[in-house]
Amino acid sequence: MTLGIVGYGGYLPVHRLAMADVAATLGSGSARGSRVVASYDEDSTTMAVAAARGALAGRRTEALWFATTNPAYAEKTNATAIHAALGQGALGFAVDMAGSPRSGAGALRAAGAAGGLAVLGDVRVGLPGSADERDGADGAAAFLFGPAAEALAVPIAHSSTSGEFLDRWRAPGEPAARSWEERFAVEMYDPLINEAVAAALAEAGLSAVDHVVVSGPHTRAVSAAATRHGAAEVLPLGHAGAADLGLRLADVLDRATPGQTVLTVSAVDGADVTVWRTTERVGSTRAGVRAQLEAGRAIPYATYLTWRGLLDREGPRRPEPERPAGPPAARNTDWKFAFVGSRCDKCGFVHLPPARVCASCRTVGQMTATSLADAVGTVVTYTVDRLAFSPSPPTINAVVDFDGGGRSLLELADARPDEVAIGRRVRLTFRRMYTAGGVHNYFWKARLMEVSDGQ
Amino acid sequence: MASKGIRDRVAVVAMGCTTFGEHWDRSTDDLLVDAVTECLAGGALTPDEIDAYWLGTMTSGMSGLTLSRPLAIDHKPVTRVENFCATGSEAFRNACYAVASGAYDMAMAVGVEKLKDTGYSGLVRPPVASDGTSADLTLTAPAAFSLLDPAYCAKYGVDPAAMREAMTHVAWKNHVNGARNPRAQFRKAVPKEKIAGSPLVAGRLGIFDCSGVSDGAAAAVIVRAEDAHRYTDRPMYVKGLSLIAGPGSGPIDPGYDYTTFPEVVASAADAYAQAGITDPATQISLAEVHDCFTPTEIVLMEDLGFSPRGEAWKHVLDGAFDLDGRLPVNPDGGLKSFGHPVGASGLRMLFECWLQFRGEAGERQLDNPTLGLTHNLGGRPGACVSFVSVVGKELSAA
Repeated sequence: MTLGIVGYGGYLPVHRLAMADVAATLGSGSARGSRVVASYDEDSTTMAVAAARGALAGRRTEALWFATTNPAYAEKTNATAIHAALGQGALGFAVDMAGSPRSGAGALRAAGAAGGLAVLGDVRVGLPGSADERDGADGAAAFLFGPAAEALAVPIAHSSTSGEFLDRWRAPGEPAARSWEERFAVEMYDPLINEAVAAALAEAGLSAVDHVVVSGPHTRAVSAAATRHGAAEVLPLGHAGAADLGLRLADVLDRATPGQTVLTVSAVDGADVTVWRTTERVGSTRAGVRAQLEAGRAIPYATYLTWRGLLDREGPRRPEPERPAGPPAARNTDWKFAFVGSRCDKCGFVHLPPARVCASCRTVGQMTATSLADAVGTVVTYTVDRLAFSPSPPTINAVVDFDGGGRSLLELADARPDEVAIGRRVRLTFRRMYTAGGVHNYFWKARLMEVSDGQ
Repeated sequence: MASKGIRDRVAVVAMGCTTFGEHWDRSTDDLLVDAVTECLAGGALTPDEIDAYWLGTMTSGMSGLTLSRPLAIDHKPVTRVENFCATGSEAFRNACYAVASGAYDMAMAVGVEKLKDTGYSGLVRPPVASDGTSADLTLTAPAAFSLLDPAYCAKYGVDPAAMREAMTHVAWKNHVNGARNPRAQFRKAVPKEKIAGSPLVAGRLGIFDCSGVSDGAAAAVIVRAEDAHRYTDRPMYVKGLSLIAGPGSGPIDPGYDYTTFPEVVASAADAYAQAGITDPATQISLAEVHDCFTPTEIVLMEDLGFSPRGEAWKHVLDGAFDLDGRLPVNPDGGLKSFGHPVGASGLRMLFECWLQFRGEAGERQLDNPTLGLTHNLGGRPGACVSFVSVVGKELSAA
């Protein structure tokens, strides 16, 4: 059975780092442009959840491939956290493809072959003043593959080449990659890309396509290939690692019309080329990648360095929070990862977290699970906590009443203290609350709607 | 309320209270020895006469051994209790009921907390293994109580600037009172401009809107009322004791509006019923309330029935609760300037009533007070325990 993309999502964090700030702080480097930056409470897993929620749009998936160069955990699967946050229950396959940016193309290839969800998320870190810091981007994209009859776009040809050469590398645990002389890789990549593109176009029976996407960490090799193969309207986004190919494909799908052809090239240690054809369904949903890219707000360079752990700053005189414990987190997986509460069958009162005894009518044991992950709520009261332990103080907390019932006291993500007010509308976003004892504490925060709906 | 109460059945016949503050030179053991020794000496009592002990501490020790070891208590019942910031009141309540039951002739309630050895700002809860989703894991106490401020202003249409003035007045008043108290942690009046402009801690709460973090201990000896005059000519009678734990549903219940503590309303009604109080605003001579943060005291004036809903901020600004006001609140300086060593605070509140009834309150002595209220709160808005006691100088007429 031929499979195609039946849904997709793209997510770019709201924060931007201005290169002028970097240049002024370090006293060197280019002062032009800015890069997309994940917040302190975001990682490859949380951004993957944001993108995947868009791709799934409430559907189930039998399998999930998660690609990243920056996994939150090794040894423990990160895809399972995404799977849980998407409310998928226990059934299904969830696996990481973690390591090189080529994992992004790998996840797409796997999901395209077997059916299911390819989720690509990455946080790209470079040493202060480096090209990787300047030219990187953080973000995520997700693609759900299903029956071609329901697809927005269908792959019509694939071709790959592989090359073993020392262009970029990073030992596990190192904060940033190293690379060989730039011109060396240009010469290595050119034939690998050309061969794969030619083979894919031949298989598709095409000599030209409507859209061309070239993705890869090697800026010069990518730019040369983009020019040679006719890429127009290049998304002005830095390289987003394993998420890069997906974000660029999502951007093309955002703009494509039915019946168009798309050539995607992922140039990482070889080239993975796919030719896609859009269907009449393209345009029925959009990820809004460009709108997200154009929105955004600047953060100071010192804040960025602190968020990425490159600047160790003194915290408040408060104990660091305890790491979440395994058994209670496992017992409460649906609540913790999917924001599933319980609704009293007798009186309808919504409990967040789920409870056995109704807080309103005191009925015992007559509850039905209810997910509020997609709920919209209103701020009832709020505070800015300047004393609390946080990787990025101060924290903003709000009491949120959800439309249709339910209340929770939540942290606000991506907000400034002067933006919160009684009556502001919020949605939920999956975040990393803090990391303690090597354990990432994932849970949900609220996000002001004018921010979260900028997409 | 189902409480039957023990009005006038037990009395306090001796009390002790250490100075509160940053006692770098004194341990938990030292504070306990100091408070208990002072208490026994005041009543000319010996440890042999005490039949049972209740010790309140939130984090400074576990089990009755925390008290029995430093005092070398010889094989007596010693119970350690904990109920958040109402811990000291809980020790007192249990000791009172033990005596009222007839199980013991004489019981001692002791409260202690040694907060300044942790090195942290503010209170720290001992960690409990959890799934990591509770807001209480990171949200600090000042932040939780600061939620009252915007909610109160919005509900009653109070200009935030006026609310800020009322919060400032609470801190100013309690510092003025504390300046007259030789046992208080902060013994200086603070200008209102300094309070209003202090560095922000949470929401609009600055450092001066927060109670003092301190070390201290306090103790009380309780006997049956009919025995009281054997030990002192001026006993303090217990009129009502109420401890209420709410369902803790405020943070999940859209019906809760963050402008009140329902647990306080319930415990006040319970205590008033036990004590036969029908109009607290006029019948109570002085109130020691849980002013952990300035907006708390404003809301408490309404929850305790001292002001109508939405009016307390005005009454505060009018000076109704100043030392020379219609109902002096926290004449000893309160948590704000006397300090808040958690397990000791409930007993410290009773200590002020004790001194005031005996005419031993020095510069802050009120004119013949007869009924005192202590209010002790533990937890956070929407999820707390509340204690209210009514104590009196004399046995009631009826």
